[in-house]
Amino acid sequence: MSLDGETVPTSGELPSAALTTLGVRPFGFYVHVPFCASRCGYCDFNTYTASELGSGASQSAYAGTVIEEIRLARRVLGDVDLPVSTVFFGGGTPTLLPPTDLVRILKALHEEFGLDHDAEVTTEANPESVGPRELAILREGGLNRISFGMQSARSHVLQVLDRKHTPGRAAQAVQEAKEAGFGHVNLDLIYGTPGETDDDWRASLEAAIATGPDHVSAYSLIVETGTRLAGRIRRGDLPMPDDDVAADRYLIADELLEKAGFSWYEVSNWATSEQARCRHNLLYWSGADWWGAGPGAHSHVGGVRWWNVKHPSAYAARLAEGHSPAHARERTSAEERTLERVMLELRLRDGFPLDDLAKEVRPAAAKALATGLLDVEAFKKGRAALTLQGRLLADAVVRDLT
Amino acid sequence: MEGGCPASRRPPQTLLKRTSVRTQTGQTDPALIRNFCIIAHIDHGKSTLADRMLQITGVVDDRSMRAQYLDRMDIERERGITIKSQAVRLPWNGHVLNMIDTPGHVDFTYEVSRSLQACEGAVLLVDAAQGIEAQTLANLYLAMNNDLNIIPVLNKIDLPAAQPEKYAEELANLIGCEPSDVLRVSGKTGIGVKELLDHVVDTVPAPVGDANAPARALIFDSVYDTYRGVVTYVRVIDGHLSKRERILMMSTKAHHETLEIGVISPEPLPSERGLGVGEVGYLITGVKDVRQSRVGDTVTSAVKPAEKALEGYAHPRPMVYSGLYPIDGDEFPELREALDKLRLNDAALVYEPESSAALGFGFRCGFLGLLHMEIVRERLEREFNLALISTAPNVIYRVIMEDGTKHVVTNPSEFPEGKIAEIYEPVVKATVLAPSEFIGVIMELCQGRRGSLQGMDYLSEDRVEIRYTLPLGEIIFDFFDQLKSKTRGYASLDYEPSGEQDADLVKVDILLQGEAVDAFSAIVHREKSYAYGVDMAKKLKELIPRQQFEVPIQAAIGARVIARENIRAIRKDVLAKCYGGDISRKRKLLEKQKEGKKRMKMVGRVEVPQEAFVAALSTDTSAVEKAKK
Repeated sequence: MSLDGETVPTSGELPSAALTTLGVRPFGFYVHVPFCASRCGYCDFNTYTASELGSGASQSAYAGTVIEEIRLARRVLGDVDLPVSTVFFGGGTPTLLPPTDLVRILKALHEEFGLDHDAEVTTEANPESVGPRELAILREGGLNRISFGMQSARSHVLQVLDRKHTPGRAAQAVQEAKEAGFGHVNLDLIYGTPGETDDDWRASLEAAIATGPDHVSAYSLIVETGTRLAGRIRRGDLPMPDDDVAADRYLIADELLEKAGFSWYEVSNWATSEQARCRHNLLYWSGADWWGAGPGAHSHVGGVRWWNVKHPSAYAARLAEGHSPAHARERTSAEERTLERVMLELRLRDGFPLDDLAKEVRPAAAKALATGLLDVEAFKKGRAALTLQGRLLADAVVRDLT
Repeated sequence: MEGGCPASRRPPQTLLKRTSVRTQTGQTDPALIRNFCIIAHIDHGKSTLADRMLQITGVVDDRSMRAQYLDRMDIERERGITIKSQAVRLPWNGHVLNMIDTPGHVDFTYEVSRSLQACEGAVLLVDAAQGIEAQTLANLYLAMNNDLNIIPVLNKIDLPAAQPEKYAEELANLIGCEPSDVLRVSGKTGIGVKELLDHVVDTVPAPVGDANAPARALIFDSVYDTYRGVVTYVRVIDGHLSKRERILMMSTKAHHETLEIGVISPEPLPSERGLGVGEVGYLITGVKDVRQSRVGDTVTSAVKPAEKALEGYAHPRPMVYSGLYPIDGDEFPELREALDKLRLNDAALVYEPESSAALGFGFRCGFLGLLHMEIVRERLEREFNLALISTAPNVIYRVIMEDGTKHVVTNPSEFPEGKIAEIYEPVVKATVLAPSEFIGVIMELCQGRRGSLQGMDYLSEDRVEIRYTLPLGEIIFDFFDQLKSKTRGYASLDYEPSGEQDADLVKVDILLQGEAVDAFSAIVHREKSYAYGVDMAKKLKELIPRQQFEVPIQAAIGARVIARENIRAIRKDVLAKCYGGDISRKRKLLEKQKEGKKRMKMVGRVEVPQEAFVAALSTDTSAVEKAKK
């Protein structure tokens, strides 16, 4: 099997250069929970249903395994004072684990690293996978932000996506989360699903807004090769999502969300205030350090990126032997780091400092300004920031500016 | 297989030592020499027959035998085409046979004629399951005009589909002999090959020449070898050529020294005693360019030169032109170097630098025909590792303006503007041989290409020869492919230049965003201009990705737009998906996209992928589908 990177020592030890800037930037922790009750047809994430998993990687032992990796992380990163500023439980479906497991993991993090007093602690959840009881345990255990995979308010759309919840369940779940004391609630939405109309999409957005979240993520449906959805489209059972339609839907989303008091702060993300922005994701996008625990999780510390073995059994086996579960790593070159910076920061509302652009792409920046892809006011202040039209062509702008 | 021949297991050197003094290289008695060539169509098994002859005469033992032994280039072996002729010396029953290989394709007629001049006999080899093909017929007539003794042979008689009776009759009718005179062999199994060799000895006349006259040898091929320089193949007519002799090329007046002289059997075998009357062999002088050792020229002694050169043959002129451009513009110097190297070996290839606004710097190349063009292109790509775009092939037009000025146009960009009085295009006489059931579709095809029927004859009960005159410009595109597909591969084609004719031709330009793309311009008949324009505009709409602005595509004759399409502006080019912390994947995706962007050619503001040029200029209709994927 190809590593697509260099090998990692079994101790997980990092090159010393990577550790020198540790603690300067905010530090986050991602915990991947690779379990789902069933697999959605469009999903190509590293997640497994009970039947796909087989023996050797039990859900009940999972929290313990992750805690092993947290202890390993502490050893690898050394004794530096490194309080965790954001924690994110993602998946998969983290809430498929008993809520007490997530709390145990969080506690271990607190013991090993310490949590900032205002740490943002998020978990993803499917609307049907939690109720008031679970939410209360999570909230009490220290989680303060929850992100629901609502996707759509239309049942025929949810059906194409293989989502199991009913259209009304998401609203209910948001209500329950608020009642449990979650101060920040996000709803994930997907647009461009085959069969979805502009009106369906408006209805989904309106339903989402009506539940009162402080954050909305809207992603266009991407047909990934190897998924069940890709197969259905290949066979002609479903039409291929159209890019022009996706563009229309994006404009609808921006219009309705802005009208409802949300502001975009990243191409696919809107929040009601600066405090409502997802600090964990911002940490990814600003080149900070984070440790990703769990099978297939990605980490970044001081210019070194690594990723864990993908299968839960292999992951558990590595940790049981006291070895790092890292599969491979790469040390990004200066050139790659610049590319990543432009790629990530240009998608943010504030954009990218013009002074940091390479000289040879300055004319391209001027051209993007002239064609209305970059914002004039921001440009005057020395920043390349995308206009609404620019957001729709963000990848093209990134290619031109790198 | 050939176990009956005891000589076949001995290495060639031993064999030569055992031959008598009268057959030693350099002093072979002309009475014992037989020079012959094999005329055959591609696929009719010439190379396989040659392989058997090498084995049966013992010059190659079974262990070192490999298929198509004489075909040097990879392309030859893969496509089964012999491009460069070769001459092999074979010992047989106290005689010396020189087998001169000939190319079978119409583009290489001039190479055939040079081989014919070095021989006294020709084996006419025809597939017993297919009968004679048009190109073979053309070459047969060439051989008959050269007064060669023709030995008709049916090959592949071991095939279940063989119809030797039928095709023996056909051959007998063509050359005026009895069907029983037609030999039957199988190059594959070896049946009849010994008898054929005996027949060559019995019927091909021995060469005649004056051993005491000043040396005169005909150059019938000239090949560039990376290690040895130019290897020149000669047939000695009079006198004697020796090693370390000062020689004179009679037409170029160039002096050289023979560093090495010898025969091919089938590997080069230097000859201490040089070459004498009637002998066929090679010489090496250290020159690096085949044009210094020109095919058709006469080699003589510099010290005692002959008075009169042998009759040479007309140098081939290019018939088809096309622009070749490196896909990566930085590879222009490499392309130049590669063409220079190919020319060392291919005197028929001509080229000069040209530039295209769309494609950058490249070369306008002249070829003998379509196959020649394909082979050159394939060799450039394969042997020199170049990725190329070739523009649509073009013939030579003569344009006369109303004010009397004249233009020769080998490239649509040279097509003059202003008032044109007359345009002349080259025409060819084409001969198609096919089973009579295809007469209808063949006539339909030729008619559609502005052909005019000249005549039709039945070769046998169910095979016809159809003769047409056609504009060359109409057959260089995809005529041959169409002919093959419409006749399920049964038809064969041959053509020869036949002057020119006045024609109503126009230049169609293709414009992207109002800017003409020179690479897509074409000179076509007025009646076909609309179809060309519509087709090209449609193809390009499929092939050019959407840009950040709308791109109109127009086809126009002068200022008059005859077709138009529109590529709508792209509205979304952003990956809106959550990749979490997997930044590497996202970066790699971006790097890949940037790589793709680099491979785009800029036409004005429009980014056009290389594949679009390749596919749009291809005659292969499936190319568009392939490029889209």
